[in-house]
Amino acid sequence: MNWRVWIPLMLFALFLGVAAYQLTQPKDDFVASGMIGQELPYFELPPAHPENPGVTTADLKEGKPRLLNIWASWCLPCIAEAPQLEALKNQGAEIVGIAIRDDPEDVAQFLARHGNPYSRIGRDDLSEVQLSIGSSGVPETFVIDGKGIITYQHIGDIRADDVPVLLEKLREAGA
Amino acid sequence: MIAELGHAALWMAAALAVLQLGAGALGIRVGEGAGIAVLSRPAAILQGALAAFAFGALLWVFAITDLSVKLVAANSHSMKPMVFKLSGAWGNHEGSMLLWVTVMALAGALIAAVERRLPERTMQATLAAQGFVALGFYAFLLLSSNPLERLPIPAAEGQGLNPLLQDIGLAFHPPTLYFGYVGLSVAFSFAVGAMLTRSVTPDFARAMRPWVLGAWVLLTLGITAGSYWAYYELGWGGWWFWDPVENASLMPWLAATALLHSVSVLASRDALRVWTIMLGVIAFSMSMLGTFLVRSGVLTSVHAFAVDPERGSFILALLAIYIGGALLLFALRANSISEGERFSVASREGALVFNNVMLSAILAVVLLGTLYPLLTEAFDVRVSVGPPYFNPVSAIFALPMLAVMAVGPLLRWRRDSFGRISKELALIAALIVAGLIFFALFEGVAILPLMGLALAIALGVASFLPLRGRNIRRLPISVWGMIVAHFGIAVALFGMASESAFSNEKLAALEVGQSTQVGPWEVKLDSIAPVAGPNWTAIEGRMLASYKGGAPAEIAPQSRNFWAPPQQTTESVLLTRWNGQLYAVMGSEADDGRWQLRLWWKPFVTLIWYGGMLMALGGVLAIIGRVRRDLKRRSIRRKIDGRRADMEDLR
Repeated sequence: MNWRVWIPLMLFALFLGVAAYQLTQPKDDFVASGMIGQELPYFELPPAHPENPGVTTADLKEGKPRLLNIWASWCLPCIAEAPQLEALKNQGAEIVGIAIRDDPEDVAQFLARHGNPYSRIGRDDLSEVQLSIGSSGVPETFVIDGKGIITYQHIGDIRADDVPVLLEKLREAGA
Repeated sequence: MIAELGHAALWMAAALAVLQLGAGALGIRVGEGAGIAVLSRPAAILQGALAAFAFGALLWVFAITDLSVKLVAANSHSMKPMVFKLSGAWGNHEGSMLLWVTVMALAGALIAAVERRLPERTMQATLAAQGFVALGFYAFLLLSSNPLERLPIPAAEGQGLNPLLQDIGLAFHPPTLYFGYVGLSVAFSFAVGAMLTRSVTPDFARAMRPWVLGAWVLLTLGITAGSYWAYYELGWGGWWFWDPVENASLMPWLAATALLHSVSVLASRDALRVWTIMLGVIAFSMSMLGTFLVRSGVLTSVHAFAVDPERGSFILALLAIYIGGALLLFALRANSISEGERFSVASREGALVFNNVMLSAILAVVLLGTLYPLLTEAFDVRVSVGPPYFNPVSAIFALPMLAVMAVGPLLRWRRDSFGRISKELALIAALIVAGLIFFALFEGVAILPLMGLALAIALGVASFLPLRGRNIRRLPISVWGMIVAHFGIAVALFGMASESAFSNEKLAALEVGQSTQVGPWEVKLDSIAPVAGPNWTAIEGRMLASYKGGAPAEIAPQSRNFWAPPQQTTESVLLTRWNGQLYAVMGSEADDGRWQLRLWWKPFVTLIWYGGMLMALGGVLAIIGRVRRDLKRRSIRRKIDGRRADMEDLR
């Protein structure tokens, strides 16, 4: 006995220290894609909107860096992000959209109300493409370089301060 | 009005907890019967009644869907069936905390009302400890998460309960575990009370034992049910994942199992005093630690819920006060608690001590594995610890423990020799060797499952050996309890080992009309049909499964898509035969029009859960046996007292 009876208390104090430290750390709850730095998986998506063509992997390998925006008409943050997408387009970014589990009528209504910044919109009815590129929710935006490599992932809606960041990432991807 | 009354009752209950603490503290200082110390018992009883009233008020506002109460608006809905309205009351953070404190207060009231074995001073110290622990939870509820808070403007409609929780199993699974945790809090209070008054006696152990047994039974049932739910609902074919949330309930169970055995030794042999106290503190610490890990969000889990760092800090502070305080008290007092009766290594106590050490080692293994990611994250390294660590490392301690478990009940108390039971030992050894040889004949059985299978057979037979040479009808019920519980472990072990040794898995892509083979089953994909439910659409694969060419049975697993929120779930199909289960999961369509299909044949997998139920049944038998014996003892004492009084009168 004697000194050994203090061991549990000391181990517990160690645990308390680590746990208290961890609680004060900011927590990133985002599920980051494991696909960054890798090539887009192969996919072919039919158009989600009559005015825009659909999306295939080949379209994203034509030499020009693009933004790939994962969104849906039923997603409220996507409405908040619409003006920023418009701003990105006006500053020269090409945006390719993928509508997740969406209905063409709802897509048309959404685009009529909040603007259509997309060059192409594919429909991903079973979230298969979404899952294969490592996105865990809507909205999410990926930067794809001219060779179809994912270089950057933005999780959540794009705020006004994110616009210059994304433009910079696009420039880097083009270099 | 009801909500306000409930809230007021909660404040009064908290005030009574303060009184209980003060009265008990005074009792320890100045001795029993002094001043307000006599108020301990009435305060505990009244506190229980008030907490129950507050919980009743919560149930009431949920039952009538009072949408002016914030918690109801956030977690319920006027159109839900009554059973889910009521389970909604504890299917959230605030409500479950109120349930916790209510059960704790009722347990305190029960001890105060019926427990007469302990010296009054120890009793008051125990109630003071109980009041002190409850006080922290009252503070938590009243200061940071009031369950009966009103909304400034009543909501028009509630937001409903998470659909995953709208399952009858999940309505009862959390309360079962909770009751178990709270039972351990009572054991904790007893341990603290005994340390404070330096009275670690067999009487103390007898008072603590039913609470430990009850908590252990409920934890066993809760874990068994949780594991089966994960197995059939999540569709991944496994039954244990070593997830932090699962470990959070396993750790208190391991500690409670060790405590259960050491408290029995203390009750009947007056040995292992320090061990029992230590385990009493550890068992409840593990319950609180589990609560902290699950609620604070410091660990990422597949089903972490109610995650909130602020609540996490509050629970961490409670942990620091209670567990830190109890461990400090233990360190200060342990040297003054003598070890009690001595015993030799070859004795029932010796075997129990060995197994308690092994259980504690497994607990340490699980604790380390659970906390390891937390530790490495402090150095910015993200790791996840899974079955490749937990399975072999815990087996190192579990296998010798199971072997000793087969032998222990055959040994006599205090002093024995292995020579006396040499025939039984030879039988057990022969069974193990025969099992090893027999199961090694099957192809591809790995070493751990092989040892598990052999030990399960030996343990299954050995658990009935204590019956030899005894009159079965006069055997105490508690001994039956031990036999059934140990046999349950053998049954569950056989299920686990068999599942891991003999499972067949097949991932097939079939065209309609094609069939595939998994183990002894032939499964033919008959047709694919879309089906629709109230808030989902699904693809249903209709199949014909025939066992060894017998008559085919129709099964139809589904892959469901929910729309709001968009979520894909699998409705797997389990086809149960006496010797195992066929498990079928529907996948998606492949490029060429074939359908993906995941099939498992899991021999004897159901034994895992039957074993769990047998263990719990053994615990229930032990409780019944103990309570009957106590009642008998009490009535004999009353008779003796009565006769003594008659003699006095005659004089």
